[in-house]
Amino acid sequence: MYQLRRQQQKARWKIKEDLPGYLFMLPAILVLGTFVVLPIIWAVFLSLHKVQLLGGIEYEFIGFRNFTRLFEDERVWIALKNTAQYVAIVVPTQTVLALVLAVTLNSGIRGKNWWRILYFLPTVTSSAVLTLIFMWIYNTNGLLNDVLAFLGLPTYNWLGDPAVALKGIMIMNIWSTAPFYMVIYLAALQDIPQTLYEAAELDGANGWQKFIHITIPILKPVTFFVVAMGIIGTFQLFDQSYIFSGGTGGPNNATLTVVLLIYQAVFRNLQMGYAAAIAFLLAVVIITITLIQQRLFGGEKV
Amino acid sequence: MKNLSRVSWLKVLLYIVLTLYAIITLIPFLWALSASFKPLFEIVSGESNFLPKNFTFDNYKQIFLQEPLFLRWLFNSVVIAVSVTVLNLLFNSMAGYALARLRFRGRHFWFLLILAVLAVPAQITLIPTFLILKVFGWLNSYQGMIIPSMVNATFIFMMRQFFINFPKELEEAAALDGLTPFGIFWRIVLPLAKPALAAQAVFVFMGSWNNFLLPVVILFDPEMFTLPLGLNSFKGQYISYWNYIMAASMVFTLPALAIYAFFNRYFIHSVTFTGGKG
Repeated sequence: MYQLRRQQQKARWKIKEDLPGYLFMLPAILVLGTFVVLPIIWAVFLSLHKVQLLGGIEYEFIGFRNFTRLFEDERVWIALKNTAQYVAIVVPTQTVLALVLAVTLNSGIRGKNWWRILYFLPTVTSSAVLTLIFMWIYNTNGLLNDVLAFLGLPTYNWLGDPAVALKGIMIMNIWSTAPFYMVIYLAALQDIPQTLYEAAELDGANGWQKFIHITIPILKPVTFFVVAMGIIGTFQLFDQSYIFSGGTGGPNNATLTVVLLIYQAVFRNLQMGYAAAIAFLLAVVIITITLIQQRLFGGEKV
Repeated sequence: MKNLSRVSWLKVLLYIVLTLYAIITLIPFLWALSASFKPLFEIVSGESNFLPKNFTFDNYKQIFLQEPLFLRWLFNSVVIAVSVTVLNLLFNSMAGYALARLRFRGRHFWFLLILAVLAVPAQITLIPTFLILKVFGWLNSYQGMIIPSMVNATFIFMMRQFFINFPKELEEAAALDGLTPFGIFWRIVLPLAKPALAAQAVFVFMGSWNNFLLPVVILFDPEMFTLPLGLNSFKGQYISYWNYIMAASMVFTLPALAIYAFFNRYFIHSVTFTGGKG
């Protein structure tokens, strides 16, 4: 009897305790519910339908046809290939560059904070502005070609030549993103106890050996974080490709990325269901690679 | 003595590397800044001089006085970025505080939901968000830009972690004095959370100010454009007027730089918070 009453009491909502909690949570629940949870469910629904936009919206159930179509669509493969190539070059390069810069800054240099603030500039500048500045520099008669010619190196039509267009975006992104990861490495470097290095010195280790046998292994969790963030960020490449190519992914699909393809599927071809399927494909690719990467790093927690 | 000179050579090498990288960092900005003060004929002449020979403010005059929509884009960007920032600070802190401190039914469920939301790629939600905004009639509007972005799961999580490590005694004393939960939150908790709020403010402001994908999807009337879209359309309109494009780019960059410089200390601190320890 007593037991039952207690259970009844437990089941009842206690206005005085629950109400403030829900009042505090209300904006978050409403916004995340409407613009994250509901969209996920809707995205699943969309991906299984053909969506017709004739004044209103009409849905026709087509099962997995949006997904099977992915495999036949040549542009999906091009976009995936471009994006994968971009990730494979940009992520390792910017990670190594970030580490080198951080180690250099951390080796007892004067004015560390000033260097750091200076290097951080590109990271706080918007991608739209950076892309425009680089388009101006990549111009056929632009600064970069002037410098290359001055050094006796070959010049390129950076924006118009399919062979180098994506490389131009790569260079720009390595330059603008590396400083962000540099700051993260710098913070981690400062947390390494000096006693470790002192002990290694007693054992006769030189600078390089200390770097390889102490710094790199200790930084492993941070490197995992940096590489994971890098992969997630680079797979979502959009702004730069969109602005460089005027939304087309040109020249000759050279700067077509997966997110740009999603954008085109929605707004050029009005294929919402198919676009949702491409978005799921991208999510699967990102999650799979992040999991593989976690395995490679020994599943360490960050 | 021999050892000493080896060490100082290494130092010199380090400074050379740092200086070279500083030059690589600065050149694009200086080049753009210089172009924004050059007349067009000097730009197309093909001479790569860093200091303008014919220094002029005409490019800035042109974009502010002759380009009727530029001020409007600036205004739109400010309205949206400031509203998004203020609302995020308030709502993320409220949710984070509730998850850290208040006892209520389903608290654990909501916390797990927010963790799950953190892992969802933005591309998945983009198209349905567009459709939802269309149903609400919020496409091409301020509320369409502000309301979906006014809460952020990442910062709810960050605020929760922050409040969990918060000393409880002050709140308990305030509760004994008869303050309501909202009174405690507003008068005691928020003022003490200033460092976390400052870091969040920079991140959210930058994110909103620089955002390109959401506006490109939901804004289509040039009057409603934010600066990134405005700049992009500017590029289409003035395809070879790099002097105007660079002047506009510089105007766009200034507010973000000012915010960054102002909050720099907190900003770096929070980057280290997410990276080093997160």
